[in-house]
Amino acid sequence: MEFLLGLPLLGGIVLAIFGHRNFAAEINSAFSLLTLIAAAALTVKIVADGPQLLFEEQFFVDPLNVFLVALTAFVGFTTSLFSRPYMRIEQAHGRLSAGRLRLYHSMYQLFTFTMLLALTTNNMGILWVAMEAATLTTVLLVSLYRTAASLEAAWKYFILCGVGIAQALFGTILLYFAAEKILGHEGVALLWTHLNEVKGQLEPRVLSLAFVFLLVGYGTKVGLVPLHNWLPDAHAEGPTPVSAVLSGLLLNVALYAVVRCKVLADGALHSNLASLLMMGFGLLSVVVASFFLSRQKDIKRLFGYSSIEHMGIITFAFGMGGPVASFAGLLHMTVHSLTKSAIFFAVGHAAQKCGSQLIENIRGLIKLSPTVGWGLMLGTLAILGMPPFGVFASEFLILTTAMKEQPWATPILLISLGVAFAAIFGKVQPMVFGEPAAKRLPHKPAMLPVFMHLALVLMLGLWIPPYLAEWYRQAAKLIG
Amino acid sequence: MNSASSLLLQFLELVTALVAAPLLTGWVNQCRAWFGNRSAPPLLQFYRQLAKLFEKEVVLAGNASSLFRAAPYLIFACMALASMIVPTLSTDLPFGPAADAIALVGIFALARVFIALAGMDIGTAFGSLGARREMLIGFLAEPALLMVFFTASLISHSTSLSTIVETLAHREFVIYPSLAFAGVAFTMVALAENARIPVDNPTTHLELTMIHEAMILEYSGRHLALIEWAAALKLYAYSCLGLALFFPWGIPEGTGLASLWVALPSLAFKLLIGGFLLAAIETVSAKLRIFRAPEFLGTAFMLAVLGMLVHLLLEKAT
Amino acid sequence: MSHLPLYAQIINLLAAALLLLSFAMLAQRRILSLINLFMAQGIVLCASTAVVAAATEQHHLYWSALITLVLKVFLLPWILHRLIRRLNVKWDIETLINIPATMMIGLMLVIFSFNLALPISELAGTITRSTLGIAMAAVMLAFLMMITRSKAVPQVIGFLAMENGLFFAATSATYGMPMVVELGIALDVLVGMIILGVFFFQIREQFDSLDIRHLEKLKED
Repeated sequence: MEFLLGLPLLGGIVLAIFGHRNFAAEINSAFSLLTLIAAAALTVKIVADGPQLLFEEQFFVDPLNVFLVALTAFVGFTTSLFSRPYMRIEQAHGRLSAGRLRLYHSMYQLFTFTMLLALTTNNMGILWVAMEAATLTTVLLVSLYRTAASLEAAWKYFILCGVGIAQALFGTILLYFAAEKILGHEGVALLWTHLNEVKGQLEPRVLSLAFVFLLVGYGTKVGLVPLHNWLPDAHAEGPTPVSAVLSGLLLNVALYAVVRCKVLADGALHSNLASLLMMGFGLLSVVVASFFLSRQKDIKRLFGYSSIEHMGIITFAFGMGGPVASFAGLLHMTVHSLTKSAIFFAVGHAAQKCGSQLIENIRGLIKLSPTVGWGLMLGTLAILGMPPFGVFASEFLILTTAMKEQPWATPILLISLGVAFAAIFGKVQPMVFGEPAAKRLPHKPAMLPVFMHLALVLMLGLWIPPYLAEWYRQAAKLIG
Repeated sequence: MNSASSLLLQFLELVTALVAAPLLTGWVNQCRAWFGNRSAPPLLQFYRQLAKLFEKEVVLAGNASSLFRAAPYLIFACMALASMIVPTLSTDLPFGPAADAIALVGIFALARVFIALAGMDIGTAFGSLGARREMLIGFLAEPALLMVFFTASLISHSTSLSTIVETLAHREFVIYPSLAFAGVAFTMVALAENARIPVDNPTTHLELTMIHEAMILEYSGRHLALIEWAAALKLYAYSCLGLALFFPWGIPEGTGLASLWVALPSLAFKLLIGGFLLAAIETVSAKLRIFRAPEFLGTAFMLAVLGMLVHLLLEKAT
Repeated sequence: MSHLPLYAQIINLLAAALLLLSFAMLAQRRILSLINLFMAQGIVLCASTAVVAAATEQHHLYWSALITLVLKVFLLPWILHRLIRRLNVKWDIETLINIPATMMIGLMLVIFSFNLALPISELAGTITRSTLGIAMAAVMLAFLMMITRSKAVPQVIGFLAMENGLFFAATSATYGMPMVVELGIALDVLVGMIILGVFFFQIREQFDSLDIRHLEKLKED
């Protein structure tokens, strides 16, 4: 546990000093690997011993967050592998100076740190602080190129998420306001475990208002419509590794915060307000995002919108609640993280090869570089929910549960998924199989992370290892 | 209740108002001169001016109607009545029950209507222009003033000025945040209503920027004297109103003339401070363009409404 | 008619002052005055925190009052002053469209938040419970200010003012959050401000202006 949080923090400091050296990318990967090992150790411990409270109850690890910790550490590690050659090429193209690279490496580690802090903390206040810190680090990452467009994207991101997260703080204050009457002033009134114990006694009216604020606040960060405006811009204008971790990890962490709040709200409210709100926002996100997909010209924006769509699906699943839907939501979180980051890796290489992020400029990848082309194609098929990939399994579970519990929502979901399929596939197909327009660039892509992720997704689609399933089940039980 | 003594008090209030009003105007002018590093006119200058004007003969325009001749008297009467309603020396006034805060706003409005009509009566361009502007400002200022009164009324559960003052002055000391809003709003309204900077400039000689002065350009002799005196009375009434609402301490509740020993000096002291502050405000602010005046008064109105809201939220529990 | 204790009255007064300042910021055209208003808000916050600390004898609140004083009365305004001097926007005047309409919307927002807070205030265990509505209104007004501004610096001041409103909610309505949270929030705000300061220079370099209307290239087409 100490290592889990300490390593990325240390990494951030070390890379702030050495981040511009040639071996910085290797150090970055090494720290990410060590973090992954620490996460794995923690996971093993939690799976063996059950939920744990650490450091005077300030940290809390249960199956729900340890699963996300492991996922975060894993994708963090593979992304660092991908970013090593990617950022070298960017530097060689002169888009980045050595100083920028140092900033990038340092912020990458700090970003990992804030996410892990947000995941493991037991204190709702610290959760907020960590989310805000994650915003700040990613603002710096998004604006890394310092171009007009990236500055605009970062500015939008900062202002929108800043405002959103301020709403979340208000929600947190309201939560504290409700809790301090029962738990007193001694500082335990913001600890989630304590709140969870007394959630039945929390004043429903305050809690419903608090939940609305928290959902809007953290929902901004999840990218739920109508608070999603920052997301495509930030994804498109930041460096590709950052897009990968934004989509694959940060959105998950924000959604995790929402889920933690929902557990409290459900306990206090004796009504399904929280579920309805989450389902509503989720469904809206799915619909709006899938219809925006077809209008995109920039490949990274396209997949940014796809992230909104998938976050909507997961939010909807958690909103429905129940063991199956929550299980499916968690599974979808995992496969989406893996697939989407794999896609961004492939897209990053493709864009570097063609020297452009515009869809019309990327053509014939299969001839330019078969591995990148196949990686992108398979990733796209996976994210669109084609069997036998894992996304199919989770979407199938969500849809069947929806059919049983909320039949009215099923056609909406199905139509949206269909529209999304048509839009994305129609755009990616010529990119991969069309006539190549660009000349071949010499550098070799790092495709290992892409295929590693896709293989995992494929495995999850065909066969979920029993201990993993058990783990999901436990986490789903926690969500309720 | 001793009706004789309260009648006497009422009479005394009128006399005080008539005497003190020009003095207050003189004091404000003096302070302004000090702030502007000019040598100040004597404090009693206003009296001399009035005396001189009363002696001069009245020159009337050929097409002046009877309304034009009657207006100065009506306006003066309105202002005198207004200053009798506002509790300055005592809250036990025979006029108190007859006219409350809303009636007071009505009296001010009546005076405004007459001065505007008189301004247009001769048919000169400046008169109509001033009248139109005056009505614009009055139209915006009145709701704000009413809102200020409502806030104070909500606190004391009465629209009678006497009751308001009694509630505010003679209860246990309580901080009313809403009155802070109302106070700021009232100050803004008072500045606008009394033709002071930043809405109007009482000493301007530039016809295009005038409001109040433009309407009375055609008056002369005793008519002008009455109007000037009425303007001074209006300033006095507003000042006393502000003092009564926001700094009511020192206004005796009891009957009897003995309390006058407290009331008169405290009134004089408060007016001195108030006049000084008025001059200070006028010195530090610049005159607004006439088109910005709605913005200024809109802000006043908003503050007054805010005051009322704050009262409903913060002070309801009290 | 029973009266509130004196300290509660003072807090109510400070709450009203906070609201008044929020409105003043909404209507203020000059950047320099905006910063001064922000500083005044900081002073009000610090005073209210100190009063709450004295009244409830929670010593950690003295610390948060101190943090507020250092951060919001000295440090942030100082950074902002430096920024606008270095950016040469000290005397910038923003052309605001239609202040009365903005004010009216602001008034609606205040009524809205009072209404929202009213049922909650009644449940509060603290004596200064009614301040929650004011805090919410201050947050909403800051939000409105951010929407109506088109220059970068006023927008950021709006953001900070929003944080002020939240802080006021935390201290006055609930008697303070746990210390560690407050420290974290303060740190985040400070770091955010510094990052934004760097940002301003970048934006001006790229766009030759701090008018964020230039930042509207990324749109759906």
